[in-house]
Amino acid sequence: MYGKKVKFRALFIFLILISLALIIFLLAKSLEENVVYFKSPTDIKNLNEIKNAQKIRVGGMVKKNSIIINNKEIFFVITDFKNELLVNFNGSVPNLFEEGKGVVAEGFLKDKSLLNADKILAKHDENYMPPEVSEAMKNN
Amino acid sequence: MSNYLGNYSLYIALIASVYLIFKSYLDANSENKYLDKNFVLITSIQTIMITVSFFSLVAAFVISDFSNETVFNNSHTLKPLFYKVSGTWGNHEGSLLLWLLVLSIFLFIFLLNSRSQDTKYKLLTILFQQIIISGFLVFILLTSNPFKTLYPIPSEGLGLNPILQDPALAIHPPILYLGYVGTSIIFSASLASMISGNIGDKWARHIKKWVLISWVFLTIGILLGSIWAYYELGWGGFWFWDPVENVSLMPWFCLTALLHTVIVLQKRNSFQEWTIILSITTFSLSMSGTFLVRSGILNSIHTFANDPSRGLYILSFLFILILMSILIFFFNQNKISNTVKENFILSKETAILVNNWFMMFFLSVVLVGTIYPIFLEVLNGSKISVGSPFYHNLLIPFLIPFLIFMSFGPSLKWIKDKLKKFNYNILIIFFVSLLISYVILTKTENSFLLSIPLIVLSIYLLLVTIKDFFVSKSSISQKISHFGFSLLITSILLNGLFSNEFNSNMKVGDERIFNEKVVKLKEVNVTDVDNYKSLKASFEVTNKNSSFALYPEVRIYQQPLTITSEADIKTTLFSDNFLVFNIIKDDGYYNVRYQYKPLMIWIWISTIFISLGGLLSVIRKNDQKY
Repeated sequence: MYGKKVKFRALFIFLILISLALIIFLLAKSLEENVVYFKSPTDIKNLNEIKNAQKIRVGGMVKKNSIIINNKEIFFVITDFKNELLVNFNGSVPNLFEEGKGVVAEGFLKDKSLLNADKILAKHDENYMPPEVSEAMKNN
Repeated sequence: MSNYLGNYSLYIALIASVYLIFKSYLDANSENKYLDKNFVLITSIQTIMITVSFFSLVAAFVISDFSNETVFNNSHTLKPLFYKVSGTWGNHEGSLLLWLLVLSIFLFIFLLNSRSQDTKYKLLTILFQQIIISGFLVFILLTSNPFKTLYPIPSEGLGLNPILQDPALAIHPPILYLGYVGTSIIFSASLASMISGNIGDKWARHIKKWVLISWVFLTIGILLGSIWAYYELGWGGFWFWDPVENVSLMPWFCLTALLHTVIVLQKRNSFQEWTIILSITTFSLSMSGTFLVRSGILNSIHTFANDPSRGLYILSFLFILILMSILIFFFNQNKISNTVKENFILSKETAILVNNWFMMFFLSVVLVGTIYPIFLEVLNGSKISVGSPFYHNLLIPFLIPFLIFMSFGPSLKWIKDKLKKFNYNILIIFFVSLLISYVILTKTENSFLLSIPLIVLSIYLLLVTIKDFFVSKSSISQKISHFGFSLLITSILLNGLFSNEFNSNMKVGDERIFNEKVVKLKEVNVTDVDNYKSLKASFEVTNKNSSFALYPEVRIYQQPLTITSEADIKTTLFSDNFLVFNIIKDDGYYNVRYQYKPLMIWIWISTIFISLGGLLSVIRKNDQKY
């Protein structure tokens, strides 16, 4: 019916379409699973349900006099001057982690008042505030 | 004084640029056989002017001329001379001036090296390159002039962010820029060849050098950035899938694909359109890399000065360039003559096409991961970031077929190859790599299923590329680069599999036990050095039968007030022992991170091998045999 060349081309186009669909599916699925949402302490207070398995980032200021250090862990409070969240962290902190400075903690929520963080991000620049933090603070 | 000199030479360069655009446009439409002598003259005047401008900025940094706003914002009299000089491009304005300098120097070298090329093609390349140059000139003069003056003249500058005071980072931007900007010549040249209709093996041979040069610089630039992040940021990794890192990796994938495609064009006079598309894409990715990094749109761990108007300008400029190239592509497509009638499945052409597919896949994964957060924020305002599991989940499984193809692709013949008789050598190599992997995998408790085929295949590929040094007829540069690549993949996999770390808060005198090692913090010494206060800790790591000392440091800079941690790394051929500490508050506790990273040095060495292969290919005069 069709020549060999036409069949070959049809197969080729079919393969390309299939692989494109596959790539898009994989990308979308992987994105859905691995996206980390950014929240402020107020956002967390307003959450309806807590997904323990979902990783999140929480940004705000490190509350004054809130850092407690022991052999293993560091505890501190993130505040957006409206609501607060206790963070428990075992890991290495960046140089600019300081009371009264902006911070972003990444980890899993245990409940509405405690975040088990596995990563702390702070920026290099002493005047710099993560855009998320300045916005979260502006909104309040 | 240097301010005026620098500023006015930029204006002269802009006039030269405008003149060259008109002149090259007019000449390209006439039927002149020879290139007007004025072109080389005016281009060299322009290059000299931009060089003068650049060096007057360097001079302002060296003599700490604080009447210059850029110097005031980014320098300080107490800074060591080396960092005063590197401070020139450590900031937004200076780095753009460097971009511009490289742009014009590359065009000048192009003119000197393309004597044998067609006149119309040369004129059009000048035209497109001058459009880019004038775009950057206007951008610098309007939004980021490095020669703005201050009055009254401040007596002291604000200083360069100490984290940027590092030898690897001082040379990282210039090298990376050489790679980025080299793609501009490829872009201009491929558009020019599209219009003048000279795409073919001769053009491929001529443009291949530029592809190789950009690729080598881009590779080394990425390597330097990665090395810097490894020991300066103190996270103990070499790649974090940070957006700023990703934007340098994307043009690399594209350029790697182009590098292989150009060879097909040269040998078989095929894949013309694809070569042009790759050239345009590579340059667009390099430009948008600059745009994304400089505009502050990307929410990155690295910080850069940002200003929305700059981002808008680069974005519109980029949009015009891409639109222009797409139009040129569509209106000149009929000029391409494909002499190849038939393609066979089992041939080197197909193998290179497969390589390109993989590169495009890797590229799209990184692209989606990098720009998805931007899109989502525009769409519904939610702020997200894409974590490294996203990249790992998507890239690692595809490494398996990639490694398989790479193990036999390079040894296929051009045009048409036959399925050979069963090759016993391959079987032996595969068996040996199975054995080695078995020994390696019994030493780890890691139960990640994919790691078994990955380790086997990467070791297999490594052995095959070593074997190729003795057997294969391919060029030595290809052998070295492919060997380097397989070494890189193997080291990354083993490094990921066997790395371990522990974090703790320790006081002086404390001991921690970790993986049969005892880490002890013996003391912390405080001293004053040049422009910072140094806290040097002394740690002792005791293994079963040996012990060594590590001296990480915390530096407190006053101008501007910044604290940095300097990790101490004990490097051997087999592993790195990485220790970094930090102060959280003044209660006697130090935050300590100790990491064991096997084969770390091989990640750097293998990348050097990869670029060495490219370098050899540039230098070699007759690359007929490939």
